[in-house]
Amino acid sequence: MKILVCISHVPDTTSKINFTDNNTQFDTNGVQFVINPNDEFGLTRAMWFKEKQGASVDVVTVGGAEVEPTLRKALAIGADTAIRVDTPATDGYQVSKQLTAVIKDGGYDLVIAGRESIDYNGGMVPGMVAAMTGASFVNTCISLDVDGTNATAVREIDGGKETVTASLPLVIGGQKGLVEESDLRIPNMRGIMMARKKPLKVVPATDASTETNSVSFEKPEPKGQVTLVDAGDLDKLIDLLHNEAKAI
Amino acid sequence: MSVLVYTESENGGFKKTAYEVASYAKGVADMMGTTVTAISFNANDAGELGTYGVNKLHNVANSKLEKFNAAAYASAIAQAAKAEGATVVVISSSADSKYLGSLVSVQLEAGYVSNVTALPSSTEPFTVKRTVFTNKAFSNTAITTNVKLVGLSKNAYGLKENATDCAVQEFTPSLNDADFNVTVQSVDKATDKVTIADAEIVVSAGRGLKGPENWGMVEELADVLGAATACSKPVSDLGWRPHSEHVGQTGKPVASNLYIAIGISGAIQHLAGINSSKVKVVINTDPEAPFFKAADYGVVGDAFEVVPALIEKLKAFKAANA
Repeated sequence: MKILVCISHVPDTTSKINFTDNNTQFDTNGVQFVINPNDEFGLTRAMWFKEKQGASVDVVTVGGAEVEPTLRKALAIGADTAIRVDTPATDGYQVSKQLTAVIKDGGYDLVIAGRESIDYNGGMVPGMVAAMTGASFVNTCISLDVDGTNATAVREIDGGKETVTASLPLVIGGQKGLVEESDLRIPNMRGIMMARKKPLKVVPATDASTETNSVSFEKPEPKGQVTLVDAGDLDKLIDLLHNEAKAI
Repeated sequence: MSVLVYTESENGGFKKTAYEVASYAKGVADMMGTTVTAISFNANDAGELGTYGVNKLHNVANSKLEKFNAAAYASAIAQAAKAEGATVVVISSSADSKYLGSLVSVQLEAGYVSNVTALPSSTEPFTVKRTVFTNKAFSNTAITTNVKLVGLSKNAYGLKENATDCAVQEFTPSLNDADFNVTVQSVDKATDKVTIADAEIVVSAGRGLKGPENWGMVEELADVLGAATACSKPVSDLGWRPHSEHVGQTGKPVASNLYIAIGISGAIQHLAGINSSKVKVVINTDPEAPFFKAADYGVVGDAFEVVPALIEKLKAFKAANA
C-alpha cells in the first residue's frame, strides 16, 4: 500500500497572532511552526501501517523552502520520502490542485490529511482532493483499518460516531482518535540523523488559479472584564445569567 | 438566479441549524434581490422553512439516502443548484455539512468559504467574514468564482423570521454507483443526550474535579439546564471521560449560547475551541486561572461546594420560572 500524508505547516498553538502590511499578511515574526496537529495523528497512524503492514509512507506539503524543517520532522518520525510543491499555499482549492497532481503522479492508494489545519481552519483540502482524484472520502476519521483494498473507518458525527466501509483509493480527513496523544512520536537522534539522508523532492507547481482570496484580517474586539460573583451569592449569578446575559 | 440552502433534517424533521442557515440564506437573497430555495433529504414536509423566508423546498425522497451519505448528498445539492441556477449555496457547520462542502465545491466549481460569521459585506465582489487561527482572528475573504459556497458558523447569525409560503417539490437527482462508495455499517449515537453540536448550553469540567467518580454533579447540573456535558483535553487523555466529550482545538468546537467551565484552568488550546460560545462562566479555586480573563462571569471557589449549591438554586429558579 502506498500512503501519502498531507502535512500542513502551521503556527504553534501558543503563537501570538498578528498581521502586517495593513492587516493583509500574517506576521510570522517570532512564530514557531509545527506539523498541524490533525496531520500528526494521521502521520502516526501511517507509521503503524508501515510497520505492521509494510506500507510505504510519503509526506507532502505545499509551500516555499521555509516549510522544509516541518517536512524533515515528518521524515525523522519515519516517513520514507518528502515532497514539497514549490509554491506558496494560497487557498484550499489551489492547494488541492497541487496535491492532486502529486497524488496522480505517485499513484497512492491511501491519502491521509487532517480534518482541518489550525491556521485557516477551512477544512476543505481532504474533500476537494478526494473529489478531484475520484477517490472515496471519509471525513473526521477517528479510526482506520485497511485489509487489502478494503478500508473500515470510524467517523465522528455530531453526538456519536458511525462505522463505514470503503474501497481504496481513499482519502481521509483525520483527527485525534486515529492514534492517541500518547502514541505521538518525538523524533529521536537516530531518526533525525536518518532524516537528513532521506529524499526531499522539490516539485514545480502545476498551474492553478484560486477561487477565494483573503482581502484583510481583523482581530476580535478586546474582551471586557470578567464579572466576579461571590461563591456565597449564587443567586446573583443566576440573576445575571437570566436578566443580563439572557442565557438561561 | 437564486440562493440555495441545504437544510438538514433528522427523522423527517428539520434541525435548528436548518432554520439558522435558512435565515442567513434569506439575508443574502435580499441583498441580491432574489429568492431562497432549500434542498432536503427525506423531510416530512416544509416544517417552518416558510417562517424563515424559504420560498421553495426541493425534497429528495429516496430510501437509499436515509442515512447521511456525503457523496450522494453532495451530488444532489450540486444538481439542485444547477437546476435552480443558484449563484450562492449556503450550508451549515455541522459535521455532515463540513463533510459534503468541499465535494459540492468541486462539482460546482464554486469557491468555498467555511466558518462564516456574518452576511456578506458586499456581493460585488462577494466578500464574507470568517474566523481563522481557531477563533483568534477574522479574515475578510472574497469568493471570485461565479457560484459561491458559504459555510455558516453555528450560532453566528441566529434565527430571523421572514414569513412566506414555502412550496414543496420532489427533486430526483441522478446518482451513480460512485456516490455509494462509502457505506455506513453502523451508527452509534446516544439518543437520550443533548449533543455538544446541538446544545444551547454546555457544562464542561476539567482536572479540577480530581477524578471520574466526581462527574455526577456535572451531569446533574447539565440535566437541570438541559445542557450537554463536555470536558478538557487532559480529562479525556486520562480516560476519565470519553474522547467524544473533549472540546478544544483538537477536540470538538463549541459555539453554544452558554458555556460553563468547572475546574478548567483555560489553556490556550482549550480557549481556542470554545471561544465562539456567547457567554462563558468559569468556576475555579484559583483566581489566577487564565480562564477568568476569557470569561464573562466567574466564581472563585471550590467546585465541590459551588456546583451542588448552584444545582439547588437553579432547580428553585427553574421551578419558579416554569
